[in-house]
Amino acid sequence: MNLCKIVFRSLRQHALSTIITAASIALAGGLLMSVWSVKRQAQATFTQVNTGFDAVLGARGSQLQLVLNSIFHLENSPGNIRWTDYEYIRDHPSVKIAVPIAVGDNLRGWRIVGAIPEIFTEVEYARDRKFSFASGRNFAPTAREAVLGSYAAAKLGMKVGDTFKPAHGLDYVESHEHPEVYTIVGILAASNTPVDKVVWIPIQGVQTMTGHDPKAATDVSAVLVKLKTPQAGFSLSMMYNRQGDKLTFAYPIGRIMGDLFRKISWFDRILELVAYLVALVSAGGVLASIYNSMSARRRDIAILRALGARRRTIFSAIILEAAAIGTVGMIASFFVYAVILNVVAVIVRAQTGVVIDPWIPEKIMLIVPPAMIALCGVCGLIPAWKAYRTDIAENLTPLS
Amino acid sequence: MPLLVIDSLKKGFFSPGGVRKPIVSVSSFSLEAGEQVALRGESGSGKTTFLHLIAGILAADSGSIQIDGADMAALKESARDRLRARSMGYIFQTFNLLQGYTCLENVLLGMAFGKGTDKDRAVALLERVGLQERLHHYPRQLSTGQQQRVAVARALANHPKLVLADEPTGNLDSTNAREAIALIRQTCRENNAALLLVSHDAATLGAFENVREFSSLNNPEKEASL
Repeated sequence: MNLCKIVFRSLRQHALSTIITAASIALAGGLLMSVWSVKRQAQATFTQVNTGFDAVLGARGSQLQLVLNSIFHLENSPGNIRWTDYEYIRDHPSVKIAVPIAVGDNLRGWRIVGAIPEIFTEVEYARDRKFSFASGRNFAPTAREAVLGSYAAAKLGMKVGDTFKPAHGLDYVESHEHPEVYTIVGILAASNTPVDKVVWIPIQGVQTMTGHDPKAATDVSAVLVKLKTPQAGFSLSMMYNRQGDKLTFAYPIGRIMGDLFRKISWFDRILELVAYLVALVSAGGVLASIYNSMSARRRDIAILRALGARRRTIFSAIILEAAAIGTVGMIASFFVYAVILNVVAVIVRAQTGVVIDPWIPEKIMLIVPPAMIALCGVCGLIPAWKAYRTDIAENLTPLS
Repeated sequence: MPLLVIDSLKKGFFSPGGVRKPIVSVSSFSLEAGEQVALRGESGSGKTTFLHLIAGILAADSGSIQIDGADMAALKESARDRLRARSMGYIFQTFNLLQGYTCLENVLLGMAFGKGTDKDRAVALLERVGLQERLHHYPRQLSTGQQQRVAVARALANHPKLVLADEPTGNLDSTNAREAIALIRQTCRENNAALLLVSHDAATLGAFENVREFSSLNNPEKEASL
């Protein structure tokens, strides 16, 4: 019968309040770790994912909008550029590969992007990784053929051989369907990049789709650029952004996304603040829970003291009990963390195609649990002091 | 050398009005090792306070309480706790068992703060008081008589030299009371523990050969008049 067993018995005796308090700690701990982890992983992932390209050339405007639209397939296109602009940069000595894209149609809400077949054969979307096909093959440059990203295919429930009619715009309206019928010839293997959530067709198909402006039949929405050397990006940036006034050269992609996260960092701080407050309130719950039970425990404490337990033993038992509630809560917080991260990962993937791995160990997992347990222990100080001062004689039997 | 020697022991409490009221004033009292003494006293006569002073639960205002060579009255609180845990057993009128612990665990708790737990001894003690079938029962699952037997086993758990019993039959019917007193006396004898019992119940006191009037020992009025 040691101190730990006494603490365990006390926790069991007050099982309901123990469970409720530990659950609030679990929620607080899980939330705190999640906020931190999502922020860090999102920042790390979105500043690293570039689908294999160093820069994007597009219409004059916001570099961020250009990157979001061309790389992450979010937002609207800032406008079109001429085919000759594509040809110019394609042939530039500093450029390894240039892929023109055209956007503006959808398949039941999933974005259709026109591109050249080389995007799946020449581009490494990550170091030493090229796109591959889970089934089927690449589309032919002039045929009405389509390749589906893995996530889009799964969500659309489509397979090789299925056909569809592209619809105009980014939101699906049945009456806006073009008459052209495309056949799915390939499904990409998952790359965990935004490519997974796109329906890919030949660029010529988007340019010449019935109903599209014939004057824009040779325009492209943007050009994805892979440079031979990273330094070349700065001179191209100078050429397009400083000296020119018609086009925007978004480079480097990671910095542009980093700027986005810096712009919304105030929101991260608010989330962190909320999580800290939740953690404080939960730790306060430990204090309230134990403190409120002190009246009922006085007799037990007096009995233990009468049996020879010293004041500091009782004091330690209460601190240990508070810390034990924190420990139970923090163990459960990993479950809460996993649930939150999985939900966030599903949402992020659905919105961007980018995969956040909920199972990556984060440094915060080593910091938050001991900090929360220590905080709970500190919150046990007040009830522990109350227990310390419990008078034995007063709380045993009435004095005769 | 007697096991317990009390000399000029005084204890009083302050009333809400700030006036000190003497409760215990015992000029001399002693108890030999293994001796069994019952003190007769009415409710409110200071018997429980007297036992609390001996047990070190309360600090004396003055005087000395020599227990096996150590002066309980002169010790700091933590040392009194340690001495109580190592050398004394206490049986209460209301048993004071911990409701969240089984019979066996209650007895083990009686050892936990002293010389350490000994499960075999705890089981043996519970068997001795006839609760071998109730080791893992909780106090609420026992009759009052059985609860008192657990309290007896707990009081003897740490090999005490002195067992203090405060109205141990106050909550029991006459049959259970008779059995409880016999059990307390017998088990104390078996464990070579001295027994100091206080009660106002004639039947309980009738079981003792050595009964003393607490009022003849305790004379707080005398102190008050000084």
